[in-house]
Amino acid sequence: MTEGFLFQALVYLTAAIVCVPIAKRLGMGSVLGYLLAGIVIGPYALGFIGREGQNIMHFAEFGVVMMLFLIGLELEPSHFWGMRHRILGMGSAQIIITSLVLCAGMMLLDFNWKTALASSLALAMSSTAIVLQSLKEKGLGDTTAGKSSFAVLLFQDITVIPILALLPLLAVSTGHDTGGQGKAILEGLPGWLQTAAVLGAGGSVVLAGRFVVVPFLRVVARTHLRELLTAAALLIVISTAFLMQLVGLSPALGTFLAGVVLANSEFRHELESDIEPFKGLLLGLFFIAVGASINFKLLIDSPLQIISPVFAVITIKTIVLIGTGRLFKITFDQNLIFALGLSQVGEFAFVLFGFMHQLQIMPDHLTDIMMAVTAFSMTTTPLLLFISERFILHRFGTLEAEAKEADIIDVQHPVIIAGFGDFGSTIGRFLRANGIAATILDNDSDRVDLLRKMGFKVFYGDAARPDILKSAGADAARVLITAVSDPSTNYDLVKKIQKHYPHLTIMVRTKDRQDAYEILDMGVKDVYRESLDTSIRLGVDVLVKLGYRRYSATRAGQNFLKYDEAALLKLATHRHDEKSYIYNAREQIMLEEQLLANDREVNPTINDHAWESDLRKEQ
Amino acid sequence: MKIDDPMIVPTLPHGDDGYFNTRRVLILFAHPRFEKSRVNRALLSALPVSDAITLHDLYELYPDYNIDVEAEKQLLLTHDIVIWHHPFYMYSAPAILKQWMDLVLEYGWAHGEGGDFLKNKTAFNVITTGGTREAYRSDGFNRFTIREFLCTFEQTARLCKMTYLPPFAVQGTYRLTNEELARHAADYGFLLQQLSVGANGREEMEQFSFLNDWIATRQRIQTP
Repeated sequence: MTEGFLFQALVYLTAAIVCVPIAKRLGMGSVLGYLLAGIVIGPYALGFIGREGQNIMHFAEFGVVMMLFLIGLELEPSHFWGMRHRILGMGSAQIIITSLVLCAGMMLLDFNWKTALASSLALAMSSTAIVLQSLKEKGLGDTTAGKSSFAVLLFQDITVIPILALLPLLAVSTGHDTGGQGKAILEGLPGWLQTAAVLGAGGSVVLAGRFVVVPFLRVVARTHLRELLTAAALLIVISTAFLMQLVGLSPALGTFLAGVVLANSEFRHELESDIEPFKGLLLGLFFIAVGASINFKLLIDSPLQIISPVFAVITIKTIVLIGTGRLFKITFDQNLIFALGLSQVGEFAFVLFGFMHQLQIMPDHLTDIMMAVTAFSMTTTPLLLFISERFILHRFGTLEAEAKEADIIDVQHPVIIAGFGDFGSTIGRFLRANGIAATILDNDSDRVDLLRKMGFKVFYGDAARPDILKSAGADAARVLITAVSDPSTNYDLVKKIQKHYPHLTIMVRTKDRQDAYEILDMGVKDVYRESLDTSIRLGVDVLVKLGYRRYSATRAGQNFLKYDEAALLKLATHRHDEKSYIYNAREQIMLEEQLLANDREVNPTINDHAWESDLRKEQ
Repeated sequence: MKIDDPMIVPTLPHGDDGYFNTRRVLILFAHPRFEKSRVNRALLSALPVSDAITLHDLYELYPDYNIDVEAEKQLLLTHDIVIWHHPFYMYSAPAILKQWMDLVLEYGWAHGEGGDFLKNKTAFNVITTGGTREAYRSDGFNRFTIREFLCTFEQTARLCKMTYLPPFAVQGTYRLTNEELARHAADYGFLLQQLSVGANGREEMEQFSFLNDWIATRQRIQTP
């Protein structure tokens, strides 16, 4: 196909743009959306992409490579050190127990021990890409489940290095004739030499990161060309990946290592923001490729051969993970998120199975099955998380509250606060200090637990769900405060409440001016921009530090606040007068200009003439 | 005597009576736009440097009107003379001073049953007015005297069992020349110095409608 590239790009982008919003709308998360997109355009559904899906996969694996580079970058040694118990404890427990159980199981099924050991190690890996993406999307990154998942994934990612290094040793006795399809220069060398080469390559990445890359980046930075730095960032990732491939190692691991080495350099944030968009796109592509590469033919021809191992692997992994979680005293609901989240087989399994196939530890047919099992298991995770969130977790999370509910009359709880982060908790504390008990909705189960112990009336769950709102007493409450940091969540919430509980006074935290306009457009009057008061207070203090009288500065601040609120309301109604109804950058700039022009006219002393004797003197 | 020089007041032991017992003076200063007030800047710049004199700038301390009542009470307890120093807005004091009086002079503390904590202390007003002394007469533009306008302060002081002295007033501020202003400032400094070293003569002071006049006689005696 000569139109190959453009056509393919068209297919992939369209599929992503159609499927991902639908999946998100259904509450399933973007990962599942991408996977579905892949299945839809794959060879077994619409057939837009055929076997070349495999090639796309190789290309898209670069998303994983970049993701690991970024993970490495975020991993400052101090951060790593702080998590060492979790990483080493949970990580090693998970991998060792999971692979032992899987290995024993496979040996019972008459696989030879080498194949069993190698493949169970691969199956013990989970997918960093899917788990981190899903947790981030659900805002669970900072919960116990999120942190534990990250620790385990990190340990797995690191373990892949020794596993890759040790695999050739397993292959020695079966003979290492690789069948002439190798690309790596190492093939054909004795096992111990390969192992040495692998370690040497890792070492060279560390050394180069320390002594070559940072001075090189300094030179590039001096040119002050933004795109050159982006190019340099890509060059680092790609060259590391290339080097790794040359010695037959996983590029992802090499870049992970490179990331860790660069984590302490001054270019860390620079590199992060340069690589981030590439990573996002390529990861999406990767998920699509996984979806497209699922061998439905194999699935249809011999469904049991695929489904039963998938079922077995996920069950075993989940059980082992739950055990690990218990061992580390994670609460039940967090543990469930943690265990289900990590229950799939990860993208490193593709790499490991490919390598095993090359080393002839694993026969062709088995490799095919294992690849299919891996891909298939990846699609189950978003589904499992979705199911547990919808049908298990909220039930568990609200159980305790409903038992309590009976003895608290809701008249005493006229206020509901949705979102109990820093912003919401300040409101809650203030109200409580003044004898008003508020009902709190939050979806961080650990925080919910803590707050309940402190005597707050807390409901676990998504505040935008009507049943949660009902059990929180929205019928009897008078005020609902949406204090979630994410504007779109607040937006959804306002819409729901306006529809189901029109009697409630809604008070909304908004991020900025634009966000405030949108909420005002919905007819909400009580809109609070989260940084407005604080920044004015800081400005007042600046005036004082420059020698202004504190009272004059305070009044100037009060006037400015009043004027700014008024301007917000005025501009909110006028901003649609312009021909283009759609909010765009130009409108934004125009509004800013109007504001600045008005600012200059605001004279904080305008109302204070009575206090000044100078004015009268002139008369 | 030369008033411009800051006077160092010797700290003497506290006593009940006597001509030269150190008395601690608290100036409760209230001006919402002090930075624009030529007259009050001049008055405050002439304050004697003394441990016995405390300048308490209410608008600077409580720009949000959220007065710390306990702290204010403690301050009152450690002083003997309280001065309400303010511009004369609408025949009274700026809002924060009223707020201060309402909140700090509590029943059971400053007055009423058990309200003896301010007993025998002294209070008076230091004010600046745009109108001249002549404008504040029964036949003048403002129809009442300054003393009459200040009757709420006087009675509040009485209620709190304090001695109320006549006001020190700088009047006709719109037309004050720099020389006149400097003289007023020097007078204020002299007054504070005299009060802080415990210059007696309450009865003597009460005979005048304004402390300004007492100062004039006093200075005539001291500088022949």
